[in-house]
Amino acid sequence: MSPADVTEAIVRAHHDEWARVVASLTRRFGDLDVAEDAAAEAFATAVERWPADGVPPNPGGWLTTTANRRAIDRLRRESKRGEKQRAALMWQDDDPAPAPGPVDDERLRLIFTCCHPALAPETRVALTLRMVGGLTVPEIARAFLVQETAMGQRITRAKAKIRAARIPYRVPAAGDLPARVSGVLAVLFLVFNEGYLATGPGTDPVRADLTAEAIRLARLVRTLLPEDGEAAGLLALMLLTEARRPARVAASGELVPLDRQDRSAWDGALVAEGHRLVRERLASGVAPGRYQVLAAINAVHTSAPDARDTDWSQVVALYDQLVRLDPSPVVALNRAVAVAELDGPEVALATVDRLGDALARYHAFHATRAELLRRLGRDPEARAAYDEALALAGNTAETAYLTRRRDELG
Amino acid sequence: MQYLVSVIDDRTASGTDEEMAAIDVFNDRLRAGGHWVFAGGLASPGTATVVDSRGDGAPVVTDGPFVETKEHVAGLWVWEAADLDEALALAVDGSKACHRKLEVRPFL
Repeated sequence: MSPADVTEAIVRAHHDEWARVVASLTRRFGDLDVAEDAAAEAFATAVERWPADGVPPNPGGWLTTTANRRAIDRLRRESKRGEKQRAALMWQDDDPAPAPGPVDDERLRLIFTCCHPALAPETRVALTLRMVGGLTVPEIARAFLVQETAMGQRITRAKAKIRAARIPYRVPAAGDLPARVSGVLAVLFLVFNEGYLATGPGTDPVRADLTAEAIRLARLVRTLLPEDGEAAGLLALMLLTEARRPARVAASGELVPLDRQDRSAWDGALVAEGHRLVRERLASGVAPGRYQVLAAINAVHTSAPDARDTDWSQVVALYDQLVRLDPSPVVALNRAVAVAELDGPEVALATVDRLGDALARYHAFHATRAELLRRLGRDPEARAAYDEALALAGNTAETAYLTRRRDELG
Repeated sequence: MQYLVSVIDDRTASGTDEEMAAIDVFNDRLRAGGHWVFAGGLASPGTATVVDSRGDGAPVVTDGPFVETKEHVAGLWVWEAADLDEALALAVDGSKACHRKLEVRPFL
């Protein structure tokens, strides 16, 4: 086996096995900190040994065994951890034996613990990327433009709270499951959006590492919860959004809006997979949640070979459905964009203007107004709206696009 | 596992009869479920006295709470619960019963 093959095997094992190793050790030792350290040590040992000894036939088994040994060594070394071991045993004892079925995949317990509502939202994101995604603390710190030490402390504090307050390591009871799943999906959507609309002046406009990680985790959650419509909906939404990524930022670094994108540059395989999921959800006959409706809207867009072929009445109908699920001003704003295509910019502008109080600090509100005013030939007002949008926008590609649109007005 | 559950209030002596009745019902449930350890209401923060005898000299006795805040602890429970999920589920009902915010904090 060539060194390149070994490296590839280690990378693949890290992708496939990290969460499983952490999850299985957390269950055994009842402590995320012990599990995380031992898993990291096991992967470091693999990097050391596999090039000489060869890749073991069952890399996951090898990693779990090695990590288990490391954890036991550590607990023996630190005699004061005796208390922790006892606590871990107690923790296991009141845990009923897992029933068979995909929901009892240990990784799912890990995800629910990392996304527990008693942790702050940004902590849930960081902990999920570390424990489930296997990203390192420096990688997570870079992704969220936070100092490495600050990110390390955030994760350490979270682990301490989980231990001290006894945040349980299990899949929530059926009654709590929908709310808790929606919390997990919200964390994954946060990761995806930070990748898709990265903020910060020195940042790439699209962070493909984050969108890819979010999709990988969404695939995992979808596999673990195959009956959950919203898990499928969120994955479809991410796939159909990610599919357009190659066409979304021009070589000049400027954002390309949907109606001007080169649709032949879209990723056909991702579009097909997203459409398949949307069709599957439609066929289920179960009333869709927010992510499923958003995915369906994206499916309508990605079904049109040309922007002019977009079925806008279908888009507006789906937004009507979304408004009933989520009557927020942001949804109303997006609906107005579709209404402009169906009923004209004047009708849309009237709706948008009514949202001014709620969305005055939201750059997309001003950008939408600017485009509508421009189409109505109200150039001075459009220019002022572009200025307001620019003052609030944080994404470099978006800023470049808005600047050009404003300057075109002369 | 034991949790200290603090009742957060921004007024003093604000409990109503309805609230007291609801808390009694909730307390019976705590006892029946094996969660009850302790409960007590507190007099207003203005009745507190702070004592500091860490120094070498005479102990310093100060009138009033150690920190003035808009919100204060008006009462407390100690609950026995298997884990935070169980404690938080109880707190959802407890908060409704006493019509106050609750802080749930684990003992070491």
